[in-house]
Amino acid sequence: MPKHPSLSPENDHPRSAPLSIHDLTVAYHRKPVLWDIDYNAPAGKLIAIVGPNGAGKSTLLNAALDLVPKASGRICFFGDSYQQQRQRVGYVPQRESVDWDFPISALDVVAMGLYRKIGWCFPISKKHRQTSLQALQKVGMADFAGRQISQLSGGQQQRVFLARALAQNADLYLMDEPFTGVDAATERAIVELLRELQSAGKTALVVHHDLQTVAEYFDEVVLLNMRLVATGPVDQVFTKENLRKTYGGKLALLDQVGHRMKIGHEETP
Amino acid sequence: MKSSCCASDQHFFRWRVFVATLLIIAHCGTFPANANETHQHGTRKVAAQHSSGSLSQSKFTWPTSQEFLRVLSLQDFTVRVVLSGTVLLGLCAGIVGTFMLLRKRSLVGDVIGHASLPGIAIAFLVMELLHPGSGKSLPGLLLGAMISGTLGMLCTVAIHRYTRIKQDAALAIVLSVFFGAGIALFTVIQDIPSGAQAGLHQFIYGKAASLSTADVRLIASGSIMVILVSILFFKEFAILCFDEQFASSQGWPVLGLDILLMGLVTGVSVIGLQSVGLLLVVAMLLMPAASARFWTDRLRPLAVIAGTMGALTAGLGVIASALFPRLAAGAVIVLVGSLFFALSMLFGRRRGMLLRWSMTAQLRQRVGRQHLLRALFEFGETASTENTSTNAEPLAPIKFETLLGMRSWAPRQLRRILASNRRQGLVLQDSNGSYGLTPDGMREATQVVRNHRLWETYLIHYADIAPSHVDRDADQIEHILEPDLLNELERLLAAEFPNRTVPPSPHQLN
Repeated sequence: MPKHPSLSPENDHPRSAPLSIHDLTVAYHRKPVLWDIDYNAPAGKLIAIVGPNGAGKSTLLNAALDLVPKASGRICFFGDSYQQQRQRVGYVPQRESVDWDFPISALDVVAMGLYRKIGWCFPISKKHRQTSLQALQKVGMADFAGRQISQLSGGQQQRVFLARALAQNADLYLMDEPFTGVDAATERAIVELLRELQSAGKTALVVHHDLQTVAEYFDEVVLLNMRLVATGPVDQVFTKENLRKTYGGKLALLDQVGHRMKIGHEETP
Repeated sequence: MKSSCCASDQHFFRWRVFVATLLIIAHCGTFPANANETHQHGTRKVAAQHSSGSLSQSKFTWPTSQEFLRVLSLQDFTVRVVLSGTVLLGLCAGIVGTFMLLRKRSLVGDVIGHASLPGIAIAFLVMELLHPGSGKSLPGLLLGAMISGTLGMLCTVAIHRYTRIKQDAALAIVLSVFFGAGIALFTVIQDIPSGAQAGLHQFIYGKAASLSTADVRLIASGSIMVILVSILFFKEFAILCFDEQFASSQGWPVLGLDILLMGLVTGVSVIGLQSVGLLLVVAMLLMPAASARFWTDRLRPLAVIAGTMGALTAGLGVIASALFPRLAAGAVIVLVGSLFFALSMLFGRRRGMLLRWSMTAQLRQRVGRQHLLRALFEFGETASTENTSTNAEPLAPIKFETLLGMRSWAPRQLRRILASNRRQGLVLQDSNGSYGLTPDGMREATQVVRNHRLWETYLIHYADIAPSHVDRDADQIEHILEPDLLNELERLLAAEFPNRTVPPSPHQLN
């Protein structure tokens, strides 16, 4: 794994930032979801992405990971394309995105984070199982390694997802609402984990819903509502005024434009 | 999560009904007409082979014991050949079907099967044109089936990907269009006077008995290839089926894997064309996997069990159809498969219905017993003047009617609970007909009431539940309290519960 220069907290060189987004616009069926996003994530920080429902928080992560097509814009990870830096990026999707009735054990889910390292067609070896078990240990789930995943509580399932990303030993973690619908024990475990990651020099971008805990859990905040409202350290940016701008009503103009585009699209097939 | 899963099941079911209706219409509309036409053209035997025929024509006879032994001991070379071919088919269909089931693409197999019909017809026509008489060479026909099956599969992928039509509609459209085209082509083929087309219809319903050694060799190599690919890409298919989004974020070529998996399904469908027929090949894919799901909660065993079950299904089906040669092999195999499915559904060790029923019954019994013991205990508690919570003496006997009034239980239910607890020696009935606790019952009742009150106190102190409501809430939880949870409770409430006896109730007992 190459040493990266972006570990220093003072990050003057945006090109090597863990994640840098230039002029990103994303549209679903021509309805814009994200407009003109420009953002450089500072290294070694815990960053919350905050915004109302439909603000495009998950879409931002999905666009970064090439899971949804970009209408325009460029996204770099550590100054390089995602394809090149995949192994340094860990992704924790929303818990609801999979069928938890799938016939698989917690340990096997975690091992999926290693599949890329294992490579095409090679079986999962003992060493990889060991790594997966260690990742489960980090989230306090080692006792549940053999459990079928439907027999886990919601919080435990979330921790399994976290462990899967941890197993990958990435430098940047993108987490999509890990705190949603989890119990207090899991919330504590996730916070501890985030701090641990941070002290190991890693960066985490977390889509977060609970405004109450933003200041407590995170260093930086990204306020998002289809466009960037504000970004920066929590104590400077996470203000009433900015929150009002983020949550205060829909952005009427953008909405209207989106609607026009949609109508135009349907009228001229 | 549960609800979405149920919704998709329902969805699937509605779908199935729709497709079935469609097929019935298609079949009713086309086949009898064909049969008449062939009669008119004077081509012999063809009609008897493929048409469903009238009841009076068919002679259903039981095999003699001699025949029976002959088939079972695999003395016939043909039976052995056919058996090895179909068993391999069952094996690979089971394995591939596992992935299709988990990918929630069960019907894709059906679409590919149906979509191979025009391919067979076109392949036949092309081969007849090039070399008259060679129209029924199996490799050529299977190649045609494979090409049009693949085309059908790609059409569903394309329609789903590039239009806003949902997957189920895309499947239905492709299935009916391809199958319709196939039927139309078959009608054309029927009119060819040479008679070379005889037996072509066996691809629709399957005729395992017609497999030759060469056919089986072809089937075997195909099956082995499918099995090898499944084993080789097991891990990749697993991640594709479980979490497509994550797989994609990790850089797995999701679309490519999807197409590879569907290619395997095409392979299985084509391999199964001759033995089970294109209408029923989906059952070979689906039923072993669905049956296996009742037996295990792990992917690898699931694939192994499904493969084994598929092989067994096919094997037994072929033997059965050798015994009853007038029944379509495909149908017989599928019926054997449904037998396996029914057995798994009932007796499955992981999710079988009997298992669930017995677990529910056990819980209900435990809950009934705990309710009874607590009622008896609390009656005695209120009946005696001083606080009897530390008193282990037998409590006052209680009349059936009084007991009935203490909870909302039906007389029959209460009688049943009382009877079963008397059998277990926890409750006794005195000469007046009143009920009381035996020493064993007393011990258990003390524990039950203690757990109940522990939980009540916890709810009041930690969950802010009003004392008047706490009884009802505690009622639901206490039956499933596990030992480690109880220890935790006792630790939390150590101050209020200094020794292992029953504390007074935090609310008014009625």
